[in-house]
Amino acid sequence: MKEISELRFPDDFFYAADHEWAKPEGDNVRVGISDYAQDQLGDIVFVELPKIGDRHAKGEPFGTVESVKAVSELNMPVGGEILSVNKALEDSPELLNKEPYGSGWMIEIKPIDTAELKGLMAKDAYLGLLKGLNP
Amino acid sequence: MRYLPHTDEEIASMLGVVGAASLDDLFSAVPSSCRRNREMNLPEPLSEWDLNRLMRDFSNNVAAPPEYKIFIGAGSYEHHIPQVVPYLLSRSEFVTSYTPYQPEMSQGTLQAIYEYQTLSARLLGMEVANASMYDGASALAEALLMAVRITGKRRVVLSCLIHPHFRSVVQTYLAPTDCEIIELPYRPDGRTDLSSLPSLEDLAALAVQSPNFFGVIEDLKDPAERAHDQGALLIATFTEPLAYGMLKSPGSLGADIASGEGQSLGIPQSFGGPGLGLFATKMSRVRSMPGRLVGRTTDVEGRRGFVLTLATREQHIRREKATSNICTNNSLCAVAATMYMACLGASGIRELAQLNHDKAEHLKKQLRHRGCKIPFESPTFNEFVAEMPPGFAKTRQRLLEKKIVAGLPVETYYPELRNHYLFCVTETKSREDMDDLVKELTL
Repeated sequence: MKEISELRFPDDFFYAADHEWAKPEGDNVRVGISDYAQDQLGDIVFVELPKIGDRHAKGEPFGTVESVKAVSELNMPVGGEILSVNKALEDSPELLNKEPYGSGWMIEIKPIDTAELKGLMAKDAYLGLLKGLNP
Repeated sequence: MRYLPHTDEEIASMLGVVGAASLDDLFSAVPSSCRRNREMNLPEPLSEWDLNRLMRDFSNNVAAPPEYKIFIGAGSYEHHIPQVVPYLLSRSEFVTSYTPYQPEMSQGTLQAIYEYQTLSARLLGMEVANASMYDGASALAEALLMAVRITGKRRVVLSCLIHPHFRSVVQTYLAPTDCEIIELPYRPDGRTDLSSLPSLEDLAALAVQSPNFFGVIEDLKDPAERAHDQGALLIATFTEPLAYGMLKSPGSLGADIASGEGQSLGIPQSFGGPGLGLFATKMSRVRSMPGRLVGRTTDVEGRRGFVLTLATREQHIRREKATSNICTNNSLCAVAATMYMACLGASGIRELAQLNHDKAEHLKKQLRHRGCKIPFESPTFNEFVAEMPPGFAKTRQRLLEKKIVAGLPVETYYPELRNHYLFCVTETKSREDMDDLVKELTL
């Protein structure tokens, strides 16, 4: 596993305490997991994503991510309707390890309330959280 | 692992460490209302000689093959088991092996289970089979839960021609869930009546047994298509997998899950257990599948090896979100089935299935000649229902005195079918055995 300083956290993303990221794209929000999350999980072998059209509230599970050593729930950083899922992850789950902020995105949501984004952390706050987790 | 009982001294010393005066004192936290305050009503210990005599006396009261000719299957089948199966199975590597969590020291057990998965998947025409479950009934219940998990729906439909014990286990298994169980009636030809299916909504699964409890071969293709039309899974269950030696496999007919009893495959009847739960499905459903799974892989030096795989579905990792609370398998019975299937081979299983079918057809024909009716016209495998003449109960008693057990009264499970008996003929019955039965039937 890498040092926190070796991990990337783009400025224009929002981060949740359980390590999902959310990025506004027009009216919608794209969701994935952070560089820290993929690094902690290790080699990711399977991603279970929701059906298009499913609706979940903020904090509710929308899928699972499975690595060679663990399975983790994925929780909605903001509530909303699933508009699309990243089909490429079905056959290439390793994209999550390679490009967690790019080709490793997971779902796109039509948010119920965009104000929920403000409850998430910006880069600096998230880094603070990670440093607290890894003193 | 050995079983070494503690001596009185050891017990006293352990009690001393925890500060308990006696064993009763140790259990004082258990409320008195939950405790038995009487002695157990058990006989005194017996010597080995006396014990053997006692067991012999017991077995003299039981009608068991080969002394008795038993023409009953109904979920438990008498088949010849090649001597090589019990011989190999008694090897301590198989008999005493423990859960193969450590692949570096469990290659033999793991490979045996892997072979079992391969052979049972092939027999059922499926892409993947798990390492086995407890028995056919619980395997069916697990299949229904899997369908509920996959579809997110809450209603499961069972053919009433699924073995009554299986349906009873399903009721127990699903009772704590919010699933609704609906039973479909049977048609006059002895197959499941699917006509009410389109009116049922929110269907997770349709489960059909083939050959069914009446011995009749169901046309699985039709229920599969109908289930799929309603976004449900078709679960094919069975009590006599030998039938698939000559019938089309459930997988090739469109079943999404095939799960049922594997006792027929080299496991003695043993008065009802242990059985073997066969469970197989499509590869696309593997992550929703319950139970343990062994996979083939390569080690760091590129050599073939076997490991437990996809364990993240299981309870010890996934906790309450596991696909099942069963994360073990019925290894010894699964290994017996592997040896049995490997002994017979594909052509042997086909020939044996044909022999079972032909013998049962012979008895069916003989009974017909004697004026018995065959109420269900559809093709059968090694079991069939016959409507016997009204006085047959007495004849059956007379046959029993001649050590012939002539069929199972179907009325016990289907009260409307008075004087109907379910007959089974396997390769263990000779033409003479059948003649002995038939000639006792007075016209």
